Amino acid sequence: MKSLSLRRSADIPLWRDERVLRLVAQVISAGLILFAILWVGINFVTAANQRGMALNFRFLNDPAEFPISDPVIPYDPSRSFGYAFLVGLVKTLLVSGIGIVLATILGTLIGLARLSSNWLMSRLALAYIEFHRNIPLLVLLFIWYFPVFNRLPNVEQSIVLSGPIYLNSRGIYLVWPKLQPQGWIWVASLLVGFILAIIAWFRLQKIELVYGRRTYYEAISIAIVLICPVFGWFLSGGAPLRMEAPVLQGYNYQGGLRLTPEFTSLLIGLTMYTAAFIAEVVRAGIQAVSKGQREAATAVGLSPLQVLRFVIIPQALRVIIPPMISQYLNLTKNSSLALFIGYQEVFSVGKIAINQAGRALPVFAMVMAVYLALSLLTSAVLNWYNRRIQFVER
Amino acid sequence: MTTLSEEIVRPPEPPGLLRWMRENLFNSWFNALLTVFSLALIYAFLSLIIRWVFFQADWRPVAEFPLLFMVGQYPRNLLWRVALSLGVVSFLMGVSWGAWGKLIQSFAITMGAMMAAVALIPFPIRDLSIGLRGFMLTAVALIFAGFYIARRWRVVGKWLLLAWTITSVLVVLVILPGLENSTFLTHVPTTLWGGLLVTVILAVGGIVLSFPIGVLLALGRRSSLPVVKGFSIVFIEVIRGVPLITILFMFSLILQVFLPVGSRFDRLLRALIGITIFSAAYMAENVRGGLQAIPLGQIEAAKALGMNGFQINLFIVLPQALRMVIPTIVGQFISLFKDTTLVIILGINELLGIGRAVIQASPEYVRLQLEVYLFIALIFWVFSYAMSYSSQQLERALGVGER
Repeated sequence: MKSLSLRRSADIPLWRDERVLRLVAQVISAGLILFAILWVGINFVTAANQRGMALNFRFLNDPAEFPISDPVIPYDPSRSFGYAFLVGLVKTLLVSGIGIVLATILGTLIGLARLSSNWLMSRLALAYIEFHRNIPLLVLLFIWYFPVFNRLPNVEQSIVLSGPIYLNSRGIYLVWPKLQPQGWIWVASLLVGFILAIIAWFRLQKIELVYGRRTYYEAISIAIVLICPVFGWFLSGGAPLRMEAPVLQGYNYQGGLRLTPEFTSLLIGLTMYTAAFIAEVVRAGIQAVSKGQREAATAVGLSPLQVLRFVIIPQALRVIIPPMISQYLNLTKNSSLALFIGYQEVFSVGKIAINQAGRALPVFAMVMAVYLALSLLTSAVLNWYNRRIQFVER
Repeated sequence: MTTLSEEIVRPPEPPGLLRWMRENLFNSWFNALLTVFSLALIYAFLSLIIRWVFFQADWRPVAEFPLLFMVGQYPRNLLWRVALSLGVVSFLMGVSWGAWGKLIQSFAITMGAMMAAVALIPFPIRDLSIGLRGFMLTAVALIFAGFYIARRWRVVGKWLLLAWTITSVLVVLVILPGLENSTFLTHVPTTLWGGLLVTVILAVGGIVLSFPIGVLLALGRRSSLPVVKGFSIVFIEVIRGVPLITILFMFSLILQVFLPVGSRFDRLLRALIGITIFSAAYMAENVRGGLQAIPLGQIEAAKALGMNGFQINLFIVLPQALRMVIPTIVGQFISLFKDTTLVIILGINELLGIGRAVIQASPEYVRLQLEVYLFIALIFWVFSYAMSYSSQQLERALGVGER
């Protein structure tokens, strides 16, 4: 700005004046982009009119008229298309949510194994990582689905594993705790315990930090979490949950938890693939904490556990969390590959609708909006986190 | 005292096997436990794999159609055109190795090693005739021939880049598809192309075509013109926010709707456009990383010399930034190479699509899906691993992070 005002004199010709040049560039680029959008738009409207394509969202209330296998929430083909889309969204979020939790656990374990001082363990982890990072996810999903989970025997010849777990062409049947009629009291007490514990933690921690009085906030919070469910247990009549085993009734197993072959292979594939990337993130994060930090912490007399708790983990987490969150986003986006193995999530449901009734553009807009919303949410969280840790740094 | 000083002076002996094992495998009870656990795991896994691979698996679907996996249904009597393309590319690879040295070295060597490995497979395979094996070895020889020619005549990089451009255009637009109404180069529609050929064309084409777009978008994102900046940001974030498969599907379905009525697109070209646009957004972010690493002082110095914005970018910022992001671009290429599997949604028979087609070809192969998909995984693994290894060598040769 300063340089501009210094050069401001009558003898600069118009075509050398930087402000004029910028304005011209601005107008030209805006014109080009506007022209491109208009061109595409006009072509589109012409083609849409020719083919009689819908350009509105009124069809959302029409009956969907296609079945969705294993719809998680109650669904039948007479429900509206908007509701079918919601079913797809729920299935996407379900598989991504569980996948994220499992991949984080597996990935962290493998990342730690990679850093192990045990040579063999570290090499094993390396082999796992290199195998999964160098093959396409789709090939991994095909390997898990078509030759393995899609080829399980039929119900009469179920494979029985200890547990008991039954594997057959209809799915994987597990023993699973089932909520009893009075069980909600216990679940509610669990939730209340957690909320109370979080409130107590922050309140008491603040008191300790401000007044310097020992409040034992850690011990108190943990105690709240543990004691509340005990009360809930007695209030709900002593048995809120009961383990339920799948039992063969007629032609099928009833009870317990049923996982479809599609869901299982998608979950295993996504989890194992993402875990390899998360393992690298964890390894890089821990290695980013300089060795001097650990030595210095040991030198001031912290125990190994304290070194980990107060020195290594807080610093490693700052490096780990941003790439970790983008791995979570990758996993969610990759769940769209479910289309190829017949797990009907949001993209598959959208694709059926497109093929059925030529609603390509509105449906595409909806599918893309879902993924964009997830990705914008992720980057908002990331930015918030980055600002926070930067503040801590100074 | 003397013994002590002698001990200090003497260099430590290289640890023996026993000592190494004690230090790395059994230095605490926990580590000893881990070692035993890992050994058991390795034993169980390896014995299972070896027994399956050599005794239980039935490799017929793979062994009977290796050419199908390589080039799809490209007419067998016109295979010389694929061979010619591979030969020219091998030769240019060798010349580049000679001209650019360490930057290309490990890529050229791994390419040669892979072709030699195919030529020397120790089993008789019907498709893999003596002629084909001989050609593979010739291609390896061409790499070395190119290397010596480049060293002997001092080939200049500028001309080499030109040669690469002309060759790729010729190969992809003339040699492989042929010409309409030609008797010598008969037309081969892209629907017949397949296998590794299509995978490589899509991945290389995608990365090369997305490079200029990505650079422009990266510069646009740093531009001070709000319209350009806004457009770049929206484009990059939208494309990066949605899965590749939705972009590919959209291009297969509604690209024709967006363009003037009547314009038709080849299926492979549609896939390539989708991949290019997807890749450009990621390329832009990678290049932006390099741009941000250029110290502001350099730009100010260039301004002080009286350069305009265009000159600063072209002569000062980009040469340094692009050099810095080469390893990242190789990484992006590897993931793009893996992502090309998704084009089977458009019905293109790339490597994985060929696998699916082979399985559906005969009812007895339905049992053998594991063999086919593991074979495909192996091919992808070898290529990706070779590239990431080469990329590490490249990083060392470039000295990224050392200057």
